[in-house]
Formats: sequence, C-alpha cells, structure tokens
Amino acid sequence: MKSRLLLTLVILAVLNGLVSLWVGQKAYGWMPVQASAEAVLVDNLFSFLTTLGTFIFLGVVGVLVYAVLFQRVGKYDVGDGPPIEGNVRLEVVWTAIPLVLVLWIAAYSFRIYDQMGILGPMDHRMGMAVAAVVVDQPIEVRSRQWAWEFHYPEHHVTSTELHLPVNQRAKLLLTSEDVLHGFYIPAFRIKQDIIPGRDIDFEFTPTREGRYRLRDSDYSGTYFAANQSHVVVESPEAYQQWLEAAAQQPPTVAENPAFQEFSRSVENPISLGWPSVQPAPAPVVNYASSEANSYE
Amino acid sequence: MSNASIETPLAPPGQPQPGAPDNWRRFFTFSTDHKVIGIQYLVTAFVFFLIGGLLAMVMRGELITPAADLVDRTVYNALFTMHGTIMLFLWTFPMLNGLANYLVPLMIGAPDMAFPRLNAAAFWLVPVFGFILMASFLVPGGPSQSGWWAYPPVSLQNPTGHLINGQSLWLLAVALSGISSIMGAVNFVTTIVRMRAPGMGWFKMPAFVWTVMSAQIIQLFGLPALTAGAVMLLFDLTVGTHFFDPAGGGDPVLYQHFFWFYSHPAVYVIILPIFGVFSEVFPVYARKPLFGYKVVAVSSVVITVLSGMVWVHHMFASGTPGWMRMLFMFSTMLISVPTGIKVFAWVATVWGGKLRLDTPMLFALGGLVMFLFAGITGIMLAAVPFDIHVNNTYFIVGHFHYVIYGATVMGAYAAIYHWFPKMTGRMYYEGLGKLHFALTFIGANLNFFPMHPLGLQGMPRRVASYDPEFAFWNVLASLGGFLLGVSTLPFILNMISSWVQGKKAPDNPWRAIGLEWLVSSPPPVENFAEIPVVVSGPYGYGTDNPLVANSSGEAHTHKRNES
Repeated sequence: MKSRLLLTLVILAVLNGLVSLWVGQKAYGWMPVQASAEAVLVDNLFSFLTTLGTFIFLGVVGVLVYAVLFQRVGKYDVGDGPPIEGNVRLEVVWTAIPLVLVLWIAAYSFRIYDQMGILGPMDHRMGMAVAAVVVDQPIEVRSRQWAWEFHYPEHHVTSTELHLPVNQRAKLLLTSEDVLHGFYIPAFRIKQDIIPGRDIDFEFTPTREGRYRLRDSDYSGTYFAANQSHVVVESPEAYQQWLEAAAQQPPTVAENPAFQEFSRSVENPISLGWPSVQPAPAPVVNYASSEANSYE
Repeated sequence: MSNASIETPLAPPGQPQPGAPDNWRRFFTFSTDHKVIGIQYLVTAFVFFLIGGLLAMVMRGELITPAADLVDRTVYNALFTMHGTIMLFLWTFPMLNGLANYLVPLMIGAPDMAFPRLNAAAFWLVPVFGFILMASFLVPGGPSQSGWWAYPPVSLQNPTGHLINGQSLWLLAVALSGISSIMGAVNFVTTIVRMRAPGMGWFKMPAFVWTVMSAQIIQLFGLPALTAGAVMLLFDLTVGTHFFDPAGGGDPVLYQHFFWFYSHPAVYVIILPIFGVFSEVFPVYARKPLFGYKVVAVSSVVITVLSGMVWVHHMFASGTPGWMRMLFMFSTMLISVPTGIKVFAWVATVWGGKLRLDTPMLFALGGLVMFLFAGITGIMLAAVPFDIHVNNTYFIVGHFHYVIYGATVMGAYAAIYHWFPKMTGRMYYEGLGKLHFALTFIGANLNFFPMHPLGLQGMPRRVASYDPEFAFWNVLASLGGFLLGVSTLPFILNMISSWVQGKKAPDNPWRAIGLEWLVSSPPPVENFAEIPVVVSGPYGYGTDNPLVANSSGEAHTHKRNES
C-alpha cells in the first residue's frame, strides 16, 4: 500500500517534470527576438526559472485541486478532519529545499549578471568578458523630455536613431538633461535608468542585424509613452558608411512626436486642460529617423 | 464622505444585543468602540476602493486601443497616480486596519484596544486625508501626475506654478496617512503585547494576531522613512530646498531609498494580515488544525525582519552599483523561504480535511492560487538579470496585481464573508457570494494575466499609448478590468440586503474555534461579560479540548456537540 502510494507520487512528479521542461522551452518564445549576447543569457535564465516555477505551481495547484474535488465533506457530516497539527520532518524538508533552491537561483543569476557586465568592466572583474573591441570614446546618449539624441563624438555626428555595428561591444554614456529616463531595448533585454547629474557607463553586445525599438522605461512625465526611438544594428561596413554619410549631412530638425503633439494640442473626448511641462523642441541632428520606420 | 447610502442599512431594527448601540448614526460619530471603528474603516475603505476601481476602468478604456485617444495624456498620468495612491493608502491599509481593529481585541479576549481614543483619531484622519487627496482633482492643473512613487525630479516640476497644486496636496495626504498609520501601529502592538486574556501565551494566539503584530511592527520602523522623505520632497517643492533636486545638487536616488525603505516592507504590511486570514479560514472550512502552527506564526516575524533588508530590489535598474544589486538579490531570495513555509502549511491544512466550499473558503483558495503565481513571478523578479529586462514593464504590474488583487482583495473578501455574521448578526446570501467569487476570480485573471506576456514583450508600465503589437493582450486585460468592475455589484447587493434583512446569524455559524465565536453576534459593547481564561491553542479541530476554562467555554463545547 505504502509503496503503491510512493510509486504514484513518483510518476506524478516525473510527469510534472516533463510538462515543466516543455513549458520552460516554450518560454523562449514569449520573449522578443534575441538580438544581443545578453539576451541569450537572460533567456536561458528565464527558461530555467519558468521550468522551476511551473513545477512548483502545478505541484501545489494539483494537490489543491485534488483536495477540492475528492475531499469534500458529506452533506450531513458534521465531524472534523484528523487532528494533524504538523510534521517536523515534512516542515524541515519544505524549509530546506526552497532555501537551497533560491540560493541556487541567486548564484546562477549572479554568474549571468557578471557575464553580462552591463555597467562596464568594474562590474565583471571576476567574469569572462564578452570579446570587447576597444572603442575610444563611448557614444553619448542624451535623453530629455521627450526625445532621444545620440552623439558620436569621434565623427561629430548626431542622430535620433542609435546605429551600432553588429558583434562589437557597444559602449554608451547615458546622460539626462532634466528628469529620470530609462534606456531600454527589449530585443537586447537590457535596461538602465538614467539619472540627471550623473554620467552612467553602459555596455552590451548586439549580435543580430536589424532595427529594434528603444523605449523610455522610467516614467518621465506627460509624453513618456511617446518617448521612443530605434536602434539599428548593421555590419561594420554599413555602420562606417552610415557614419560617414551622416557626417556630411547638415543638421536638420528631426521628427518628434511629443513636441508635435504638444503643438497640435489634440483634443480627446475627455479633455480637462491640465497643463504639461513644455516639451523640448524637436532635436536638430545630422541624421533624423522616422517614427514610421518598421522595426522588429 | 457621502457614503450615507451604504451605511444606512446598518440599522437593522432592534438589534439582538441589549447593550449594543442600535442606530446607524454611531458610525458617523467619534466612537471609541473598536468594533464600530473597524466597520467605519471597512466601509470608508470600500468606498475608496470603488473610486480607485473606476479610475482603473477609465485607464483600461484608454488602453483598449494603442493610441492615446480617450483622455489627455496629463489626465491619464493623473489617473494612474491616483489609482495607485487611493488603492494603497485609502483602500488596502484602512481595510486591513478595519479587519484588525474589529478582530484583534475579540481574538485575544480584550474588551477594546489599548488606546480607544487614539484609535478613533487614527481612523478619522482617513477621511481627512482622503478628502485632501480627492480635492486635488479640483485644483488648477489637477492631481499629482508623478506616479505613486512621486520620484523627483518629475514630482518637482509643477507646470502650474501654483503653491497649492496636485503634488503638494498629494504629499500632505501621504504624510497624514503615515501619521494615522503610526498611531494605529502603536495601538495594535500595545494591545497585542499587553491586553491578551489570561492564559493566552504567545503560542496560543491565533495566527491572524501574529500577522497583525508582525505587520504593525513594520509600520513602526518603516513609516518614519517614508514620512520624512515625503516632508523633504514637500520642502523641495514648496520652499525651495534641494534635498532631491539634481539641478541644485540634490540626489534623486536618495529619495528612492527613502521611498522603498518603507514602501517595500509596506507590501508585507499588506500581505501579512491576509496570510493571517488564510491561516484562520482554511482550518475552519477544512475542519483541521492549522498545519505547523508555531512555524507559521514565527515565519511572520521572520518575514518582518527580512522585509527591512530587501528594498533595493525595486531599484535594480536604477542608479545602483553592481554589488548592491547582487546583495539585495540574495536577501530578496531569502524572504521566499518563510513565505513558502506558509504556502505549504496551508496546502497541508487543506489536504485530507473535510472541505466545505462556502464563499470564504472559495475566496481563500482562489487567493492562495493567485498568491502562489505571484510568488513564483516574484522569485523570477528577484533574479537581477531577468529583472533588468522586465523592470518597469507590465510584467511588474501583472506581478503585483496578483499580490494585491489576487491575494489581498480575494483574502479580504474571504475575511469579510467569514466574519460578516459576527459583525452584523446576519447571514449573507451564499448564492450571491459564489457568483461574486466566480466573477472576481475570472475577472482578476483575465485582467492581470495578460500583463505578463506584455511585459516580457517589452511594454513599459505607465504608458498612455503603446505600439500596435501590444493590442491583443491589452484588449483582453481591459475586458477583465470591466468584468472586475461588474464583479463588485453582487457583493454590494449581498452586503446591503443581508445587512437589512438577512437570516439571523447564530453566535458561531461556522462551528469555528476562537474567542470571537464565543460571544453573541454582533458582540456586546464590552465584548466579554467575563474575560475568558484561555487553556488551549487556537486550532483544536478534531479534538474535544475546551478553548477556555470559564463559563463561555462550556457554551462553546455545547454548541459544537449540538450542531
């Protein structure tokens, strides 16, 4: 009797494990395209966490559902259940296993964070650095209410679209001219709040050519949602060509949804006329991207 | 407050208790009876819950299409700011204070709280700061639009130029809320430490009392930080100091530390009493003792201690160095251990019992499942590399709504249904209760589950407009949001009609064990004719040990045998 119960439990646990592994593999598909070295690391971690989480969720909910279906009280039964007050061995097990589990997750996450090294070399002195090509001066990211402007100091180029060469360590200097902003590229799985008054070194390695969304992720006021741009990853040759072509361009006024919307002062069904901080004028740059450009 | 229409039915003609004040006007007075104050908290909080919910439904209306085409962006930003602020400071905290106010003195065998007048004063601050907060809709420029975190520099920008503006009123309201909560916390901790009935040692206290004590200790050490931060921000905004303004040499990240040093533990202030509700409800409806009661009780205190050491996990993507991110990742991971102990203990309590799926049990089970989901995504979020990706996205919004709606609101409903007969002396309608549960459970999952895929795909939170690829899940979430709005209707109908003309409730309709079930429904003003002498632990299901030694204990055993 006891061994049959044990066998049933083992079979159920194995089934749960198989389902969890399958869900863990599906988890890769819930993310945007994998366009950076960091994305691969984060997705592996997420898949691992999803596998573990699914196992625990199905296990606990399975027990509850079984109890709800099969352990209901009879209509005229006013008796109590068995007076079980606890079980020390069981309680030790369900304290120890989660403890080991979360320490394992933390250690694994630590290693991955170290490999990502997004805050610069100081941050991953113990880890294996992803092959870094030395770039003399970082690309300056200038954020403001509500525009993104990227400055390539060596080529004296400004752009409202971030261009990066593929498979090279991108080094950025994040700055804000007014309030907190968040530098976020979902396809790269990287994010960093930008603090006014501080210059933050930030780095990562794009690995897939294409055009991706770059979003403001830290709430920055009225037109926060419209403060988006693109990042273009291209071959080193195309990147060089773009830089040289852009350097030849005279500065022009770029598209800027926030400033345009503010100037148009659109009327919505529920309009209360509450004032907004006035957006900075549209940036004047060598290379102006269009909001209408497609992205992945 | 214009909640007269809801409170009027409080006057069932001829209450059974000779000593109980029987007119509804007592709920509008400076009553010092903890039971009156408890119901004042609950009803006031529920009115604000409806207001906060209406704001959320307007937001879901805006988000049903990608463009910002229903309300102005400034209005949208004010909506999410006020939604968060109202739901936390005017619904969740007062609602939990209401439950604790009503139940703690009864559960520990005390005639009232330790400081009855302080108790009333703490309550009456709630409508005061509630009024200040709502009044900010009427000042030029509308209410605060800086989110419920009020991060500077955005919170310092003040485009209206007026001294009296939405943001300054917001800060004043939050500071008053902090003072009210500190007053409440002093009262709760003193009451629990000093006023337990004879024989009620620490390990004879119901788990709910343990969780209230743990939660209120957090209020005592955490709230001073938030209140100080709010006052400094108010000075920056109004009299030109530069604590947090980078333009004047201040540090905006310092504010984030002040804010989260309290506002993360605040999550445990919220969830701990709900854990307590689960620990009370499961044994009653499973007819089994709470599994591992002592460990469950102590794990609340462990959570309190750990909760003070995890706040930076809200700032993993902020201006925090790598070592700090790693340190707080480890501390955050640890807090899942005592939480896990509780979850497993509830499952073991339910397992092998004789389950009765009455409305309180349904809400508790639904709340437990949603909390489990939130706990798992919470561990994911503690892992820094993953958090970097989903920080400030809808994944976070989904996660904490599973905590705050899935677990907290469902747990609160469980508590209200469970203790409704005790509070009013009337039974609620089971059918309406079950309908309410079904709508709430479906609505909450439909509303909040889609937020997880949205966040994984990279949709930031607090956006009034979004890229078209996010539309599908947003439509689902909006439908869920409207369903949640509808789900409150059977609840309101049930509460009002049962209160007016429900079936009379016996002293102990659930055959539950606990001092509050030994007195009449509703309890007399002085709670206990004779202070009970406690001789047993709180969860003696399946045994015949009497809970108390004096007369009312015999009444209890008698009742159990009879039913």
